[in-house]
Amino acid sequence: MRVPLRRIAHARSGDKGNISNVGVFAYDDAFYPAIKAQLTAERFAARYAGVVKGRVDRHAVDGLCALNFVAHDALGGGVSRNLCLDNYGKTLAAAVLDVEIEIDNRLAPLLRGPGPGN
Amino acid sequence: MTTIRIGAGAAWWGDRVEPAAWNAERGRLDWLVFETMAEATVSAAQVRRRRDPGFPGYDTYLDDRMAAVLPHCLARGVRIVSNQGWINPEAAADRIAWWCRRLGHPGVRVAAVDGGMLTDRIATLADRVLETGGPVAGLAGTMVSAEAYLGIEPILAALDDGARIVVTSRVADPSLFLAPMVHAFGWALDDWARLGQGSGIGHLLECGAQVTGGYFADPGYKDVPDPWNLAFPIAEVGPDGSAVLTKLAGTGGAIDRRTVKEQLFYEVHDPARYITPDVVVDFTTTRIVEEGRDRVRVEGIGGAPRTPTLKVSIGVEEGFVGEDMFFYAGPGALGRAKLARSILEERFRLVGLAADDLRIDFLGVNALHGPASPAGPEPYEVALRVAARTRTRAEAAKVGREVDAMAVSGVGMTGKRVPHQDRVREVIGVWSALVPRAAVTPTVTMRES
Repeated sequence: MRVPLRRIAHARSGDKGNISNVGVFAYDDAFYPAIKAQLTAERFAARYAGVVKGRVDRHAVDGLCALNFVAHDALGGGVSRNLCLDNYGKTLAAAVLDVEIEIDNRLAPLLRGPGPGN
Repeated sequence: MTTIRIGAGAAWWGDRVEPAAWNAERGRLDWLVFETMAEATVSAAQVRRRRDPGFPGYDTYLDDRMAAVLPHCLARGVRIVSNQGWINPEAAADRIAWWCRRLGHPGVRVAAVDGGMLTDRIATLADRVLETGGPVAGLAGTMVSAEAYLGIEPILAALDDGARIVVTSRVADPSLFLAPMVHAFGWALDDWARLGQGSGIGHLLECGAQVTGGYFADPGYKDVPDPWNLAFPIAEVGPDGSAVLTKLAGTGGAIDRRTVKEQLFYEVHDPARYITPDVVVDFTTTRIVEEGRDRVRVEGIGGAPRTPTLKVSIGVEEGFVGEDMFFYAGPGALGRAKLARSILEERFRLVGLAADDLRIDFLGVNALHGPASPAGPEPYEVALRVAARTRTRAEAAKVGREVDAMAVSGVGMTGKRVPHQDRVREVIGVWSALVPRAAVTPTVTMRES
């Protein structure tokens, strides 16, 4: 089954200069292999096309079932120069949560949010 | 000593004060630590002091925070480490000593840590701007400030000299929390494993409520109990640096694997190499174990030898931003906003707005995620938000003036505020560079109440 990332993972963004990092964390360790296999740096960059203007590095930390995306040139030249109303990019983490991930149907009971599972 | 209890007192300048007072009063703390500086704090404070000679140069909420926590800290022997000194830690120390006397505690040693300012020397000390690769010397004409991120050493010197309260200028955030651990446990300054573990715990504490359920709730997915009543975290740190993160009973929020994981990666790039002045932290080996409700053990964070350089933050005057917004609602709201945009764009041409960058967004549609915003159903309400970056204040003011004109010379059913604030802000760009450690000489000045 295909589910939005929001049903299997949570995320937080942080800022440093003109770089935004988005941590993505599986709610349950069982979701992590699918997230790691499918949420590549390229797929992440595609979701933020037009916002992230530099390269995206992905750091996988398997022991914590976490992916850290480091997006360069993502904050309009830097927090203080950025003309975006959200100049720190605090809301950016939310966008990745609508990326769809294919998961094993047997994991349905572990899904978060409304609908099947939970 | 088996464990020490370190509580957070602030995660930024604008943070709440009450949770710091709760930690001071009921946290059975050994240490209370305040983090109040952002990347641009020093440069903004320099600009303010230039305009307002009466600005003392330290945290504008210093009095509020000290009045709330000092009665408890002094009565219970809780020591304080704080970066509320900004660009004038000596004045902050004087003020804190004044508070101690006023509260009936003479003889309290209050130390000011300073010495990281390199504004006059940075062009000769550093070659390249890290972000651009351009020459640091090229920033000289517009530079407001340049300050090195200090580590734990001057704080340790102050504590060894009997300071009960240490107030600093720029210090790396995790170092504020690491210093009490090193002081209490006597770790060697090249004990990279413990320094790494302790810095990791400091990193988790430095953003306060962001590890206790703040910046976290997402209803139906991540629910947080009593989110209006968030506490700041407390770490029970053992002699090996491993710690249990917890919070006061009776407060809202939550500490669990999820909140700790989110904060572990906050503002981190390569999790195997998180560079502080004291150590290079490796988060990839972290173990996070829920020991009970709102009790999470964090251990296994690694450390590698510190780098030979210190990071310097350079604040540069980069012009101005003018910004404002106005509103539409009901059927056709977005269409009216789009017409308003075209009117504004034409009027900016008529008045010759000279902008380095101009952005007109529809709040409710694309103002936050820009081109990455998916197409959706038309919103019932839309705000048109406009911002321009300019070289001069007068140019930036044109944005607000043209928005004013939209009240009577714009589109039907335009909602508009009477301007009640300066719609121009100054841009202080922040750049980074590295300098050799030997270029920086921290200072410690002791006061006594």
